[in-house]
Amino acid sequence: MILDSKIPEGPIEKKWTKHKFDGSLVNPSNKRKFDIIVVGTGLAGGSAAATLAELGYKVKSFCIQDSPRRAHSIAAQGGINAAKNYQNDGDSVYRLFYDTVKGGDYRAREANVYRLAEVSANIIDQCTAQGVPFAREYSGYLANRSFGGAQVSRTFYARGQTGQQLLIGAYQALSRQIGLGNVELFCRHEMLDLVTIDGHARGIVTRNLLNGELATHAAHAVLLCTGGYSNVFNLSTNGMGSNVTASWRCHKRGAGFANPCFTQIHPTCLPQSGPHQSKLTLMSESLRNDGRIWVPKNKDEKRPANQIPEEDRDYYLERIYPAFGNLVPRDVASRAAKRMCDDGYGVNETGLAVYLDFKSAIERMGHAAVEKKYGNLFEMYEQITGDNPYETPMMIYPAVHYTMGGVWVDYNLMTSVPGLFALGEANFSDHGANRLGASALMQGLADGYFVIPNTIGNYLADFLNVEVDASAPEFEETLKNVQDFTERLLNVNGDKTPQFFHRELGKIMWEYCGMSRTLEGLNKAIDMIQELRKDFWEQVRVPGDCKDINQALEQAGRISDFIELGELMCKDALNREESCGGHFREEYQTENNEALRNDEDYSYTAVWEFKGLDKEHELHKEPLTFDYVKLAQRNYK
Amino acid sequence: MKLTLKIWRQKNAKDAGGFKSYKLDDISEHSSFLEMLDTLNQQIMNSGDEPIVFESDCREGICGVCGLVINGVPHGPGRGTTCQLHMRSFKDGDEITIEPWRADAFPIMKDLMVDRSAFDRIIQSGGYISVNTGSARDANEKLIPQKDIEKAFDGAQCIGCGACVAACKNASANLFTAAKVSHLVVLPQGKVERSERVINMVEQHDKEGFGSCSNQTECEAVCPVGVTVSNISRMNREYARAKVKNFFNATRGGDKCKK
Ligand SMILES: Cc1cc2nc3c(=O)[nH]c(=O)nc-3n(C[C@H](O)[C@H](O)[C@H](O)COP(=O)(O)OP(=O)(O)OC[C@H]3O[C@@H](n4cnc5c(N)ncnc54)[C@H](O)[C@@H]3O)c2cc1C
Ligand code: FES
Repeated sequence: MILDSKIPEGPIEKKWTKHKFDGSLVNPSNKRKFDIIVVGTGLAGGSAAATLAELGYKVKSFCIQDSPRRAHSIAAQGGINAAKNYQNDGDSVYRLFYDTVKGGDYRAREANVYRLAEVSANIIDQCTAQGVPFAREYSGYLANRSFGGAQVSRTFYARGQTGQQLLIGAYQALSRQIGLGNVELFCRHEMLDLVTIDGHARGIVTRNLLNGELATHAAHAVLLCTGGYSNVFNLSTNGMGSNVTASWRCHKRGAGFANPCFTQIHPTCLPQSGPHQSKLTLMSESLRNDGRIWVPKNKDEKRPANQIPEEDRDYYLERIYPAFGNLVPRDVASRAAKRMCDDGYGVNETGLAVYLDFKSAIERMGHAAVEKKYGNLFEMYEQITGDNPYETPMMIYPAVHYTMGGVWVDYNLMTSVPGLFALGEANFSDHGANRLGASALMQGLADGYFVIPNTIGNYLADFLNVEVDASAPEFEETLKNVQDFTERLLNVNGDKTPQFFHRELGKIMWEYCGMSRTLEGLNKAIDMIQELRKDFWEQVRVPGDCKDINQALEQAGRISDFIELGELMCKDALNREESCGGHFREEYQTENNEALRNDEDYSYTAVWEFKGLDKEHELHKEPLTFDYVKLAQRNYK
Repeated sequence: MKLTLKIWRQKNAKDAGGFKSYKLDDISEHSSFLEMLDTLNQQIMNSGDEPIVFESDCREGICGVCGLVINGVPHGPGRGTTCQLHMRSFKDGDEITIEPWRADAFPIMKDLMVDRSAFDRIIQSGGYISVNTGSARDANEKLIPQKDIEKAFDGAQCIGCGACVAACKNASANLFTAAKVSHLVVLPQGKVERSERVINMVEQHDKEGFGSCSNQTECEAVCPVGVTVSNISRMNREYARAKVKNFFNATRGGDKCKK
């Protein structure tokens, strides 16, 4: 595997312009000679499919849901960043670039991040023109809010439904192209393999989830826009259908997988209520602005929270981090909560929760002010838990939320398989070891609306008048492969449900490859996962058959990929003998329990090459250099 | 808690289908309604049978994919989607009936899963603003009063779940269609295409086999996000306006032809 990041020459602020100018163009009448497959209809896939079709390419768009509008992007709440500097508070492309590289704990590529910041402003214009109802001031101008990791107000939002509104914008643009006949839409189709010919991506194999039919689709390029892999932990804030299958199967066909261990854990989620738990719900981080986090001082505390007097409460964040208190960054807050619970101070029936208390806020600001600021969130909390946060403290616990790692891509968003591109959360590119709030929506739309339409031509130009069609033998072979795999799943005929294995995997990942990791734990996890994989293939039972709607079969296939990915995540975490961003190795911390980076030895992107199921992955390193941003250690005391 | 469930089972679109009874013994009141169904499915699978097909994804009330008729009411008791419903809304010993959305335009695919692609086709017929990527002006160039944004939002927040159709005696999708028409027409950037948009969308709505609106407002009552029927009035006005405009354009065009 050769990793060439293809970063353009020249000063950082000129790279993108120069690259666009230097790139090959496909003239408008030739564009319709190219077929492009876009897998996924979230912010990344929806925006890419719509834009490429507007340009004249022939596009096929795939998603697993019943409608493109239901991609998981719909669930994003908080907002989207853009360097508009409408607030005149000193924001700029350079500052957004700087904040993102720093927030990512210096493990992202400078050139990519700069480009992201550069196109961010266009996203807001584009979405507004589509009719996205961003919040406005009384004057009619766009409103902004501030978000973690930034000292300026650059976050645009649409009530608490920013992801929904942005996705509907992209969905409408896509729908228009479908209506015009420029995009062929395949809902309820799951990509199960990549077809490569002479090393180039030339198509995919899909399963129609309504009747089980396997089919092949040919194209000059394939775009993976299939989202993140947080569900490797079983419980996460991602939707039930979010999965790694498309990315993982491309990985097995030669696409390098980068930094798989970089995952983000969000501190303010609702705790699990019992073994029936199916997913976790995010509560806005803004709650930490006024809520105080605490646990009882006594491990065997039995009194209800609102009857525990002040002297028996430990406001541990305020105690340990007096300067930042409850507002320490996501990873620091998450780890502290885990430590308290591991030490036996956790609350809730499960012992896996801490209190987030608004008592002093209500005393200080008054009930009405708290309600104005947090009313919706309190309502949502009450709807889910049945408790009233005005009277009794909320209970929260960290949950897996986002994956920074993903399919490796170069500056053109092309993976190590020529002709295969990856966009949005599916790629690894812009957030380093930690993503700042409101930057994922920005990246997904930047990739789809503004980057790929300008970079894909570089690749395609060489294949003008080259026919691709699904009659090549590689298509039949790949299809057969999928068929065999499906039959294998159905024929294990064991006695355990697929969900059982997902739960087991989730427990291992959360325990040993979650918020904090150790050499010992990771080694143990690798053994356990290998064992689990063996058990899966001996004991899973998938009812029904493959010629019908079969949700257990869909699930089983995805879980088998998660098991393989889980092992690689542990290996990646084991390899990275430093702590950075979301990756915390207990052996590498400062005296104050902060992440201790090792820039000397680990200032690289770890890219893993698949060598065969029972063979070791091969590690490739893409060195990271920082010409603009100064490396520094974080400190929140 | 202990429960008896009467659940609609149907093998495929052609099968007649029917109710089947299930018993559940040990359900936590903290569990969500869909988690209760997950538990039942694990139980069914452990006994070697095929689990009940139902859909869900976000489980937070925003993707719009879940949607069951619970004891005769789309999304069950209380405001919100099926996935936002918790078992504490029920009592120990309750019998609960669970059915799919029922409407000709939403064929049942299996058990509790229906086909709502008709909604996508309504949007494809005109539910957008025609702007190509890259051609947009600065977002602050046109000021939009806050109250217009709020009005647009009332329609824009629709999650496309289809409860409005399931609740309507005529299986009309007027609330869904009107939500999109309203969202776009109250914004300045959506006004240019207002006439074609409303005509095309209404025609597509009818073509899909949705019924007509008889102002019973059951749709509003079950909408999990609170889209209001005022959007339907706005759509009707827009439609009338567009038809009148078309009529005059046609007569004028006709005159021209005569000359
Ligand atoms: C609860 C929550 C809140 C968030 N809030 C914010 C926020 O405020 N700001 C922010 O910037 N980010 C936020 N994020 C992160 C952000 O929402 C995501 O990173 C982003 O939306 C991902 O977009 P995407 O297009 O890459 O993928 P997705 O939206 O996940 O889309 C994936 C698509 O791929 C399809 N797909 C997957 N596998 C296959 C397959 N095998 N075959 C065919 N199709 C397939 C799916 O059907 C879907 O269409 C939040 C995330 C969560 C979970
Ligand atoms: S599962 Fe998304 S709205 Fe219910």
